[in-house]
Parts: sequence; C-alpha cells; structure tokens
Amino acid sequence: MSTSAAGERSNPADKAYRWVDDRLAISRGGRHLLNKIFPDHWSFMLGEIALYSFIVLLLTGIFLTLYFVPSETTVIYHGAYKPIDGQRISEAYASTLNLSFAVRAGLLMRQMHHWAANIFVGSIVVHLLRVFFTGGFRKPREINWIIGANLLILAIFNGFLGYSLPDDLVSGTGIRIAFSILESVPFVGSQLAFLLFGGNFPGTAIIPRFFIIHVLILPLVILGLLGAHLGMLIRHKHTQFRQAHAREDNVVGTPLWPTFAMKTGGFFFLTTAVTVLLGALVQINPIWQYGQYYPYKVSYAVQPDWYMGFLDGALRVMPAWELHLPGHMIPNVFFPAILLPGITFTLLMLYPFIEAKLTGDVAEHHLLDRPRDRPVRTAFGVATFAFYFVLFGASATDVLANYLSLTLNFVLWAFRIMAIVVPFIVFAVTYKLCKELQQTPSAGKRQQFNLILRSADGGYTTVPAEQYPGYDQPELAPVDVEKVELTADAAQQDGDEGVYEIPRRYR
Amino acid sequence: MPDLPPHNGQVPRLNDEGRVPLDAPQFQIAAHNPRRVEVAVAAFFLLSLAGFAGFGAAYWQGASNLWLGMTLGVGFAGFGLAMASWGKWLMPRGPFEEPRAPMATTEAEKELFIADFASRGKVAIARRHALAKLMGLAGGVLGVVVAFPLIRSLGPLPGNTQYRTKWRKGSFLTTIDGRRVTVNDLEVGGVLTVFPPDDLGGAISQTLLLHVQASGNVVTMQGRETWGPNGYVAFSKVCTHAGCPVGLYEELTQQLLCPCHQSLFDIYTGAMPVFGPAPRPLPQLALYIDKSGHIRAQHGYTEPVGPGFWSRGAAPFARYRGK
Ligand code: HEM
Ligand code: FES
Repeated sequence: MSTSAAGERSNPADKAYRWVDDRLAISRGGRHLLNKIFPDHWSFMLGEIALYSFIVLLLTGIFLTLYFVPSETTVIYHGAYKPIDGQRISEAYASTLNLSFAVRAGLLMRQMHHWAANIFVGSIVVHLLRVFFTGGFRKPREINWIIGANLLILAIFNGFLGYSLPDDLVSGTGIRIAFSILESVPFVGSQLAFLLFGGNFPGTAIIPRFFIIHVLILPLVILGLLGAHLGMLIRHKHTQFRQAHAREDNVVGTPLWPTFAMKTGGFFFLTTAVTVLLGALVQINPIWQYGQYYPYKVSYAVQPDWYMGFLDGALRVMPAWELHLPGHMIPNVFFPAILLPGITFTLLMLYPFIEAKLTGDVAEHHLLDRPRDRPVRTAFGVATFAFYFVLFGASATDVLANYLSLTLNFVLWAFRIMAIVVPFIVFAVTYKLCKELQQTPSAGKRQQFNLILRSADGGYTTVPAEQYPGYDQPELAPVDVEKVELTADAAQQDGDEGVYEIPRRYR
Repeated sequence: MPDLPPHNGQVPRLNDEGRVPLDAPQFQIAAHNPRRVEVAVAAFFLLSLAGFAGFGAAYWQGASNLWLGMTLGVGFAGFGLAMASWGKWLMPRGPFEEPRAPMATTEAEKELFIADFASRGKVAIARRHALAKLMGLAGGVLGVVVAFPLIRSLGPLPGNTQYRTKWRKGSFLTTIDGRRVTVNDLEVGGVLTVFPPDDLGGAISQTLLLHVQASGNVVTMQGRETWGPNGYVAFSKVCTHAGCPVGLYEELTQQLLCPCHQSLFDIYTGAMPVFGPAPRPLPQLALYIDKSGHIRAQHGYTEPVGPGFWSRGAAPFARYRGK
C-alpha cells in the first residue's frame, strides 16, 4: 500500500465513512445513487419546486403550531391588535392575531406558510400538466401517475383545512359551504357531516379536528405518498426527451453527485427565497380585516384560495336544479361540488389506461413525446384545462360584473355558455396548431448559430457553430415514436456485466 | 449490441466497473470563462451572507415584517443563486449515460416467484382451510369493531335535528344581545337578524326580520295571510343553496341577496329564488304581535331550513313543526 493511500485513510472523514460502511455497506448501493443520471431539461424542475415548497410548509408549519391555539373557546381579547381590544373572540382567532402582531417574525412565517401552500398546489398542477402533455404517465409509470393525482387532491384538501383554522369570517363561510357539500352526498351525507363536525353546523369540534388533520394526519399521508413517488422515480429511472444519445434503453444527463445535487440544492433555496420575499412583500390572508367568524355574519368578498376557485365557479354556474325522488332528494350542490370533482379526479387517475385502451399501445415508454406529436392527447388536455379555467373565472362573476359594469345575469350566462363552448373551440385550435407544428420541424427548437468566417484573401464561409460543447447534435430529427418495441424476454438473453441490452426492432 | 444507433459509446457510463477518467471531456465544466462565474458565485455568497446577517439584526431589533422578510429573502436568494450557478457552470457538464433495463420482469422470473409463493402457501395455508377462514373472520370482526370507536364516537347522528330549529310556538324574536324585538324597533326598510331566546347566535335558527311596508299584513303566498303582521316578515337566514347567511336586503326591488353565489330571493313571493343557483325558497317564519307589542313566532318553521340533504322529504314536514 502506498503511503498516500495510507495517509488518506487516517483522515477523520475517511475513517468515519469506513466505520459506517463496515456496518451498513453504504458503498454497495451508494455508488449507484451518486451516479444516478438526471436528464437536463428545465421541465423536470417543476416537481422539485413542489417538493421544496412542501419542505417550506413543514418548517413554517412547525413554527405556527408552537403559537396557534386550536380552540373555539371565547376569550376577551387584550392583545397587540388594538382595534378589537376587549371584544370576545375565539382562542383560534386570538392566537392567529397574536402570531401576526406579537410573535417576532410570526407574520412572516404565517404569510410564508400561506404562500408556500399556493406555490405547492400550483407547482403540482404544472408538474402534472408537464407529465400529461409529454406522455410521462405511460407504462410503466401509471402507478406513479395515480400517486401524483392523489397528492394533488391531498394538497388541495390540506390547503383548505389550513386556511380554515384561524376562525375568521371568510374561512368560516367556506367551512359552512363545506358542511353543506358534505351533507349533499346521497345516502350518507348527513351522517358524514354530523360525524366530522360533531353535530349539526357549526358543531362542537371543527377547529380542533381540522387542526389535527391539517398538521398531522394529512402531512403524514402526503409524506408517505411523496416517499413512494420518489422511490418509484428511482426504480423507474427518469424519462427523457428525444435528444442526442437518448434512447429507450438509457438515461442521458448529469450525475447526482456533484452537479445535480448542487443545482437542486440551489433550487431549494431559490424556492424558499421566493416564498420569503412573497411573505415580506405581498400581504396574504389579513384575517384582522375580516373579523371573527360568527355563523350569522357574512363577508361580501368571499373568495377562496385559487385552487378552490373552480369549485366556487362550478357552484355559481350550476343552474338551480335539484333532483327530487320519492321521499329523498339530491341537492343542487352535489352536482358541481361532489360529482364534478369526483368525475374529474377519477378520469385523471384512469387516463393512462384509457389512452392505452384507445391507442392499443401497451409498450413501455421512457422517451417522452413532444406535445405536437400527439395532437389528440394534447388537444384533449388543453380543452379540459380550458374548461376548468372557465370555471375558475366563474368564481369571480360578481367581481367581473361590477368591474365591467355588466349585469350579473349577463356574466353568469356568459360563463355558462363559455364552460360548454370554449373547450370545443380550444380542442379544435390546439389540434390544428399541433398539426401545423408537425409540418415545421424546426419550430420551438434551439437556434443554431452560424459563424461567418472571412479568409485572408477576403472570401466568406459559413460554418454552423457548436452550441453546447460536447453536444454534437443538440436535438435529433423526430423519429416515429410507436415503432420502438421493448421485449423483456429478449433482454434477458444478452447480459454483459449485469447490464441488459435491449434488442430493438424498427418496423 | 448489434443495432444500437451509431453514437452509442460516445457517452461514458459512470456505474461500470472501470472508472471514467477525470480528464474525460464530460467531466469538464460548462463555463467558457470560469473566472467570471467564480466571481459571480462569490458575489452571490457574499450577498447571502449580508442577507442572513441582516436578518439576524432585524430580528434582534424587532424590525417590521418587511425588513425581516427582505433580509432573509435576499439571503436565501443569494445562497440559491450561488449554488445553482456553481452547479450549472463549474461542475461536470456531462453527458453521461445510465443503461436502463425494461421494468417488466421476464416470464421465467414471474414463474419462479409465483411457484414459490403458491407452492409454499399451499402447504402452509391452503391445506388448513378452516384455520385460514377463522383468521379472516376474526380479522374482519376486529375491523368492524374498531371502526365503531374510531368513527361512530365522532359525533351524534342527525336524528331529526335537520328538520327542527329552536323556534317554538310563541318564541320571542330576540336580537343577538338578548333584547326582545317589538313592533317599533325597525324603520320601514329596516332589517334585523333575530334568534329564538334559547339559541342566541344559533347557526340554524338564525332568521332575518324585515320591515317591508309601513302597515298591513304582508301576504307572500296563499295560506300565509297572517304570517306577516304590521308590514313585518321573517325568513330563515340560511341560504337554501349552500348555507351562507343571506345577508343583503335590497329595499328597492324587495329582494334578498346571498353574497356567496349571488342567489336572489323575491320577498313578496315567499322568498322564491329568482336568480342564481339556490333551488328552493327561504322558509318563512310565521309572526304575530302580542298585546305588549312584541313580535313572536306563531309556530316553528314548517319545513327544514337551509340546504338540501338526502332524506329531506322523507317525512311530511309538518310533523316536525315546533309545538
Ligand atoms: C400539505 C401541506 C400544507 C398546506 C397546503 C398548508 C396550508 C395552510 C394554509 C393555507 C394555512 C392558512 C394560513 C393563514 O393564512 O393563516 C395554514 C395554517 C396553518 N398550518 Fe398549514 N399547511 C400544510 C402543512 C402544515 C404542517 C405540516 C403543519 C404543522 C406541522 C401546519 C401547521 C399550520 C398551522 C398551525 C396553521 C394555523 C396558523 C395560522 O393560520 O396562521 N401546516 N396551513
Ligand atoms: S350559499 Fe347562497 S347562493 Fe350559494
């Protein structure tokens, strides 16, 4: 053994590593982890933003639990917020005021928590759209698609529970509507609502119960699903876009250590920075302006957080129908608030299977589609999104009517019509656009620069510039996607050094 | 590897037995001018240092939210920018390749697993059929029994509480601070939220008392000729759509507006919904004026108040009328 190697071994970090490795065999799987390849494409960052904003939620949330009191017991307020000095308010509301005005950095943490929640849900949605439009949900990733959809649902629920906690007038109205929605479920709705609320509205237990669901139960479930989501990501390895060297049977990119680790660490701090700056500069949920919730008071600017907007809009555009059966009824709110999201999320989760059924494509796919190459899927996705966007807009009918000086009636009918018509128009336009883009193969690609060289005798020549050192061919010309077939049996036959090569057939 | 595309082999694999030499082009950094990037990264780190230190100072001084957030935010932003640009420009730029086997296992692997599972299972479990069944039964009973304390204890079942409010025959209309309302309390065009005396602030009993005309009975519907004495009418304040308090009285049009989803109710037709998603009129509370001038309820509501629910209509509403 050379002296330098012996010298290295006596270094304390090296010693510690060896001590742990002898007991846990880190180097066995660890090398593969260090060398895990991450494809370089900005769109892979969207999921990371979701993950990092969840971490921000956990950290700021823990801070909030130290001061927030989940109780509806009324107290006479003598705190830092003077305008309501001496009034009877609930401990939940009082402690949120306390967090905002008396606890140092408390307002910052509250606003960061609320902003992080909005970023969390938003980045999940955008991440989902990326996976949808590139076909990242296809075999073998259907299970992870379903887990992702459930994460979205849980994030929305937990956000709703969270902003219901401070017991202010706006959120209380939201809870009242939530009770009515639960009550509208056929057969078991009333029972469900009474059990959850501990009686008829407002019940006896709603803030403490929402609290424990919000800070413990749902975060645990989300954490578990996130673990499964990321575990499957490692098991499946990343998908990748078609570019130089990328094939169905490999992943091309930069390794976890050190390039990706450093970059993604940077993104964590940047996500945090954005939440902190929003928390500093943009006021969110100023509950002291809304006042304490009383069941008989109502605020006129009841606007839920944006991710509940489509539900609020659906409640508004739904015609005043309800279904009367002998001795029973299905109330109006059931259709927009239970049936619609129920169908939406069921279809969302089933989509990979529906598409596989319709296309007959049951092969594994690790190369992503460009949206234009799948015009029907792309058009369908954009049209569905447009529908929800219209519903989201419909949650502001009253604001729009005021602002545009139109009658509420006109605005409401406009949204009812748009909710039906816009998706069809959007479908047609998107489909056409995809087809057009297919005809222009260079559209949306990085420009390749030309170097114009002048020779000594005055002649000019043009050479294409190398644009990314090492990438001789930044993007390959599109190949026909369906024609690549993987067969597991064949792969077994030739294995050199434990690496399976996959025979490929081009038809 | 017969028919792999030609560029295979240009991209090194990190996990292979041999190591990729550190002077391979893929280990080079992406920056053309590393010195410039180093300066930028250093500047970002210094910025973040200043930001974090500033946050410490701001916290110590008990500074405003703006100062706390700006300093901390700048700190994180500098730190994040420094790390991200360090990683992007001053670290191995790749590309490297990792091979990928198809996820699906081979038929042979599947059969081995199934054989182990099923054959061993057959010996151990299937042969003792009765035991397995008993195990399932006991487990099932545990599941059902555990569900009871977990779920059933959460709250009372609805019973008939959805059909009843606290309004009874003769209940005084009472304000939130316990004052009994008399005929002289409201101007024409005035509106007041009232409760039965034993349910002040009650979410279900809350009722809107309106003085819609100077005198005479307000007749909103056939059969309700006596329900609105001296120009007063009262409706449940719980919206029949999703339960918000119907808060706004528009005297000009004699309509009530629910702010949540803009349902409009027309007072003179018995609070019939004329706009928006509300599907049913607001129930009306029958009033009378007693000898001392107090406004009181003739009886409880004659139908369930508030939004619909599955078993609404299961029984004739009148049965639940308060005594
Ligand atoms: C899925 C992740 C989560 C989401 C989407 C979320 C969202 C929210 C929102 C929107 C609020 C209202 C904040 C306001 O404006 O007042 C809130 C409040 C709160 N959250 Fe979370 N949260 C999450 C996770 C957590 C966790 C893990 C904890 C604790 C460990 C927590 C503790 C709290 C507390 C104590 C409050 C009430 C205090 C207050 O309202 O200021 N949250 N949450
Ligand atoms: S709750 Fe009144 S309109 Fe929806």
